[in-house]
Amino acid sequence: MTPQGASIGLNGLRQRGLAVAIFTPGFHGRRSTDVQLPPGQYLTEDFPVLSAGPTPRIPLDRWEFVITTETEQQYRWSWDELWALPQDTPTVDIHCVTRWSKLATSWQGVSLDTVLADVETAADFALVHSYGGYTTNVPLEDLLDGKAWIVHQFEGEDLPSEHGGPARMIVPHLYFWKSAKWVRGMQLLLQDEPGFWETAGYHDYGDPWREQRYQGD
Amino acid sequence: MTELYEDGNALAGPLGEIFAVDVTVAIQRCAHCGRTGPVAALRVYRHAPGLVARCPGCDGVVLRLVRTPDAAFLDLTGALNLRIPLEA
Amino acid sequence: MARAAVSGRLGGRLTWRGARLVESRDETAAARTLMFEVPDWPGHLAGQHVDVRLSAEDGYQAVRSYSLAAPADGDRIALSVQRVPDGEVSPYLTQDFAVGDSVELRGPLGGWFVWRPAERDPVLLVAGGSGIVPLMAMVRARRVTGSRVPFRLIYSVRSPADLYYADELRVPQPGDGGLDVAYVFTREAPDGHSRPTGRIAVADINNGGWPPEFEPNCFVCGPTGFVEIVADILVALGHDPRRVKTERFGPTGG
Repeated sequence: MTPQGASIGLNGLRQRGLAVAIFTPGFHGRRSTDVQLPPGQYLTEDFPVLSAGPTPRIPLDRWEFVITTETEQQYRWSWDELWALPQDTPTVDIHCVTRWSKLATSWQGVSLDTVLADVETAADFALVHSYGGYTTNVPLEDLLDGKAWIVHQFEGEDLPSEHGGPARMIVPHLYFWKSAKWVRGMQLLLQDEPGFWETAGYHDYGDPWREQRYQGD
Repeated sequence: MTELYEDGNALAGPLGEIFAVDVTVAIQRCAHCGRTGPVAALRVYRHAPGLVARCPGCDGVVLRLVRTPDAAFLDLTGALNLRIPLEA
Repeated sequence: MARAAVSGRLGGRLTWRGARLVESRDETAAARTLMFEVPDWPGHLAGQHVDVRLSAEDGYQAVRSYSLAAPADGDRIALSVQRVPDGEVSPYLTQDFAVGDSVELRGPLGGWFVWRPAERDPVLLVAGGSGIVPLMAMVRARRVTGSRVPFRLIYSVRSPADLYYADELRVPQPGDGGLDVAYVFTREAPDGHSRPTGRIAVADINNGGWPPEFEPNCFVCGPTGFVEIVADILVALGHDPRRVKTERFGPTGG
């Protein structure tokens, strides 16, 4: 607990449809709404650090990314092998379900199209796994056609561990919890299997433009 | 780098929306390692889409709480049990 | 005088209450104590906290937790708020929020990090920075209830200018007999202070605390790193971990 003002449960603070008993005049929070953002989002210039557990530390010589198909076939990349793949430099907007959005973030990494190119699978779904135990589910088609990357550089620097380094996923067209930090691999599945937040009430798909925050949205 | 966790004391308000007793004084047993201790001494990560309380012994997830505008999702699968003190 | 009730519930469920600012005072250049009037406040225990909810006119809301700084005075409660640079709530509460303005709050909250005046064991309080707030509530509760339980407070801050409640702690108050205060200055010490500046260490806990065989109740509050260091020292010195209660606060969106 904090005696000095930690935020609690940033989700759900905007209580739609509920009468608010007392307004506090002059309180506006720290928001800007000048640009077109998904519904219920606010623009931020900084890069908030969200974490649901201890920050994993992964030595690069032990790092690997492993795709496991529905037939248990595995495809592996070491750190050096990841760097040897064709590199992309996407610049994308990101939208966190805790209501901040950050525009024009620039990354360097490998398109999921590249790593999935030679994978033989009939799967429709992926469950992404992280070092530290985090998981999140994404339909496989949302990882293809230039919509998702494994990135290791942010704004021209090595990706800091608090933001998911050495490497994380970015799937920027979905809420940012779908962009797993500290990524270590993914399972390709014939049936959808909910991940860490999806089993705790969050939406299975998570489209920010349709405001799919929670189960049932 | 400082880890972004606080004590289970922070759960008192969010859990107080749900339970008529103060669950932070309950003794929980971690389903991962068997360690017991007060809910108030769990490590709470709240800079996240929900509240995640982990065992101070093994870092396993003991409790998760997600508050939506009209519901609360509470996951206690990481706690084998809670011993809640009650007046005799 | 503090009323006895602990639960903040009306009909069993925790509810948000209106709270109006009736008085405020600066504690340091970056911290302010806010006195609220909360109709039908049920009373609270020293160490408890409240959640404060601010609502903008468009419905946007922000919720933060703050420790209660003193026993209730009827329906009046005190919170001390540290301004977090670039924070969303604390700059507003410490600068713009004026007497007559209102927020909502719920509480009192938390029955674990509390001191009850009926307890007889000696008490060690270890505060880091703004972590003094719930511990000062314990010092004040001891005073107003006439408790004779021996208290020791170790208070670590960067410099004398960062001390909360400086006069109240420096000048012995009626009822504070049996309260000893030791200071740890980490960056800048006042003239005549014998301890060199630096982080809290074993010697500070040894000199300013109690021997473990006295079986004191230890309350440690401050930033996460500070609390971990102090709790580790206490356990290494032989204190029962079950008697070491902690309240951490990390870097926050304040």
